[in-house]
Amino acid sequence: MPEQKTVATTGNSVVAEAFRQCAPDVVPAYPITPQTTIVEEFAKFVAQGRVHAEYVPVESEHSAMSACVGASAAGARVMTATSSQGLALMWEELHIASGMRLPIVMANANRALSAPINIHCDHSDVMGARDTGWVMLFAETAQEAYDNTIMSIPIAEDPEVLLPVMTCLDGFITTHSIDRVQLMDDESVSAFVGEYKPVNALLDLDNPVSHGSFAGLGGPYFEFKRSQREAIDRSKAVVERVGAAFSELSGRPFGLIETDMMDDAEVAVVVIGSTAGNVRHVAKQLRAEGVKAGLVKVRCFRPFPYAELAAALAGVKAVAVLDRAESFGAEGGPLYLETRSALYDAEHRPAVVNYVYGLGGSDVKLELIRSVFTDLSDIATGTPALHGPVYLGAR
Amino acid sequence: MSKWDISDMDSWKSSQFPLGAVIPDAGNSRDYVTGGWRSMRPVRNAETCTECLICWIFCPDSAIRVADEKLAADPETFNLDHCKGCGICANECPVEAITMVPEGCELPGVK
Repeated sequence: MPEQKTVATTGNSVVAEAFRQCAPDVVPAYPITPQTTIVEEFAKFVAQGRVHAEYVPVESEHSAMSACVGASAAGARVMTATSSQGLALMWEELHIASGMRLPIVMANANRALSAPINIHCDHSDVMGARDTGWVMLFAETAQEAYDNTIMSIPIAEDPEVLLPVMTCLDGFITTHSIDRVQLMDDESVSAFVGEYKPVNALLDLDNPVSHGSFAGLGGPYFEFKRSQREAIDRSKAVVERVGAAFSELSGRPFGLIETDMMDDAEVAVVVIGSTAGNVRHVAKQLRAEGVKAGLVKVRCFRPFPYAELAAALAGVKAVAVLDRAESFGAEGGPLYLETRSALYDAEHRPAVVNYVYGLGGSDVKLELIRSVFTDLSDIATGTPALHGPVYLGAR
Repeated sequence: MSKWDISDMDSWKSSQFPLGAVIPDAGNSRDYVTGGWRSMRPVRNAETCTECLICWIFCPDSAIRVADEKLAADPETFNLDHCKGCGICANECPVEAITMVPEGCELPGVK
């Protein structure tokens, strides 16, 4: 079994620690709040000689992801981190990384997008990247951010997958708060992630290949996209397998979704990220009051665990989906749309309502979560379900 | 023909294509015939030509055939599978020995 030590530190510092333990060959990065301390601490590890990586301080996130693509195509294990406007600036390269099937791992500190300018937590940045072909894992706590980062490497580099992975943690709430985290010893992490054996490496001079080719004018672009879809579909089993192996090693649970108090739940909240903690707390209070409340946390958003979510919600009377991002003009937020879709084929479809909450770091008070459960109890006993997203706590 | 045979690519299933759209063989662009993009064709006057090879240096498509420091004789001078008719050779020729003629036109004395 690995040696684990318990420390009190921030989400960003343990993500930096996980980066060091995963031993990337190249880390091109640009600082942006609230991600900055990840690359800052990693740069310190490089300066101290504690990791043998080529650290490339680039001039923008567009360049950061471009350098990631180039280095990964060359055959390097590549990691980086970003947030918000930085992720938005990487937009075109996100598609290039997945289309070229490059197993880059990137941490994202979830943060609002401008305008107006805001540096605090919401999921507008990552949800905007949900269709870029990246596998996406979300952390509730600093511990999950650490664990997800380590798991991302073998998921991305699995020969059945070979796709980039984004490991997302909530800006400030998880990135900057001091939390209790168990860190694994270097040897155990190193053995778990293994050695990277690149395919189609540009630096493999005995087997020259061309990357970045043209597939238009009746060429096979459509077929390449189909392969990409098949790869991300296959990644689901790989995420589960790697998660189970890591769980075995660390003693900490992992699931595509994680459920709490769902066995006999009548009302349930589906949520992503740090707010799961608030929901769990309120659900426990309500249980003490006799309300059959439950929680479903989505830890893997891409590939989306439709079947698992539908199974977890079978038997529930009313479901609230909490979205920390907008999908302006859609019926609701991104998680709501996925949840509704997951339930479409269910034998007994529960009422599903959507709450947009916490945009731009707006406080997610326990009273607000309690009001959501109150709405659900009303719906479960006959009150008509609300249509369209409720802006939870907005004036 | 390069090592990677793409002659029946039009019938390939998505699983048959290389990962990430790489081209797993160096130099296979030779097999991709692009001369159909051309609307003007270069024609050399062998009597004026001094075999200085400036056209060969300038051709962006390596479509001018040279062997033993001599231009290949007509009609092999220009590799029409890859010449796109840009006219750089005609423009650079110091003795104006290359003329660009419209594709599909029959001109007297021009083959």
